[in-house]
Amino acid sequence: MPISSFRETDLADGALRRFFERLGSQVTARVWRLGFASRFLGYMVLHSGTALRRFPLTIREIYFAGVLSLIIILVSGLFVGMVLGLQGFNTLERYGSSEALGVLVALSLVRELGPVVAGLLFASRAGSAITAEIGLMKATEQISAMEMMAVDPIARVVAPRFWGGVISMPLLAALFSAMGIFGGYLVGVKLIGVDEGAFWSQMQAAVDVREDIVNGVIKSFVFGIAVSWIAVFEGYDAPPTAEGVSGATTRTVVTSSLAILALDFILTALMFTGGNGR
Amino acid sequence: MHDSNIVEVENLWFGYDPRQPVLRDVSVSIPRGKVVGIMGQSGCGKTTLLRIIGGAHMPTRGGARVLGALTHDLDRDGLYAMRRKMGMLFQFGALFTDMTVYDNVAFPMREHTDLAEEQIHDLVMMKLQAVGLRGAAGLVPSELSGGMARRVALARAIALDPQLMLYDEPFAGLDPISLGVIGRLIRQLNDSLGATSIIVSHDVAECLDIVDHLYFMADGRVVSEGTPQSVRDSREPFVDQFVHGKPEGPVPVNYPAPPYDADLELSGD
Repeated sequence: MPISSFRETDLADGALRRFFERLGSQVTARVWRLGFASRFLGYMVLHSGTALRRFPLTIREIYFAGVLSLIIILVSGLFVGMVLGLQGFNTLERYGSSEALGVLVALSLVRELGPVVAGLLFASRAGSAITAEIGLMKATEQISAMEMMAVDPIARVVAPRFWGGVISMPLLAALFSAMGIFGGYLVGVKLIGVDEGAFWSQMQAAVDVREDIVNGVIKSFVFGIAVSWIAVFEGYDAPPTAEGVSGATTRTVVTSSLAILALDFILTALMFTGGNGR
Repeated sequence: MHDSNIVEVENLWFGYDPRQPVLRDVSVSIPRGKVVGIMGQSGCGKTTLLRIIGGAHMPTRGGARVLGALTHDLDRDGLYAMRRKMGMLFQFGALFTDMTVYDNVAFPMREHTDLAEEQIHDLVMMKLQAVGLRGAAGLVPSELSGGMARRVALARAIALDPQLMLYDEPFAGLDPISLGVIGRLIRQLNDSLGATSIIVSHDVAECLDIVDHLYFMADGRVVSEGTPQSVRDSREPFVDQFVHGKPEGPVPVNYPAPPYDADLELSGD
């Protein structure tokens, strides 16, 4: 057998082996990280006593994650509702049922757009800030300093931010939906001239508290847990350098957004298909 | 084990990766009431040793007996109980940037004691007065100079009157005045609190002025020790090179590299 063919086989073998080695190590690293993130969540929930007992700590985080996100949530909600009003009217008018505009706007917002868009905005506005803050605290040794003062940073720094996010998210989603419905009303009733009574009464008749509103709140609550978990974990796990923190912040926004969309699909499939006859 | 020693490190090995030990067979004794310096080049393992004494890392082999207990025998609660008797000053202060100077110093008191806010106020003012920054109580860390931040961090570290103070590069990046002030404060606070202090540093002059005893580390080992006077007079090649900042000596200044002419492609042809 010629020597050259030996070499080619060796090379091919080597490249293949390296490919599988890389693939294997990347998969293992991701599974390991997911396991670490799960243990981190468990530890954080178990050590949430401080965050709940000393509730002002959590209220402060609700202010940073929730209150400071209000402007972007309210303005976005208004515009999304106004667009829904315009688009919905154009479509409904073709079938002569423009009075159902209120139903369309309300159901779209309460079931889907409210939790999902508010969740995406929350991830970019508050999630990124939480990651960057915890990451920078780590990079500037504030987390180590706390450890050396015998104060558990997960209980004192991380858990209040997590619960602040979890509590803020459903409230923000509700405000987003309310503002969106108001936007739809402005465009549909005030601008286009859909009958005001029909707009509200049809909405009232069609939107069910249990099926629509509670399900929407559950969604936003689940998104709140997902985004806050990802944000605090990425911050806590960030390499303590400038690149490390910036990379972690980006990962928070990307991972949270994907998690929201994937969870939304799963939750919608569980909540709104089969069984309830809708 | 000697009762008068507050910290005893015996035949300690440590490595983040067990195949590459950062500390090799280190033994150090810190007598109660003294200020002890641990000196060496950057990367020689001195900060790692300090972190092991603080219980932030666990030894691979050997052990560190701190305040009467072996750190690797302690669970989380035990470690936290030990750390309540310690104070640590980090290299750049590590002040909490979302709190004022006042709240930074009050932080350990609020976390670990049930003192009323008026008592905490008095204690914070006393600690800030001790470092000369009572007037800066209302400032936030971003408004402080490097030297002031270090002093606030010092006030925070002594908030609960620790028995053992750990200083990680307390002089790094300070102007000469701040440097002298911090140096004097470390000595004064140690003596007035009846504490014991460990200073990890590479600032020879400052350290020699305030410590009672010195350890020299190189490449993860303790290579020499002695009093400041014996260190000044030492003829040991490493101590001589380090104390007088000489480029020639047992510690190579250049990173290992292939032959120079090979890198410049000056081969014969």
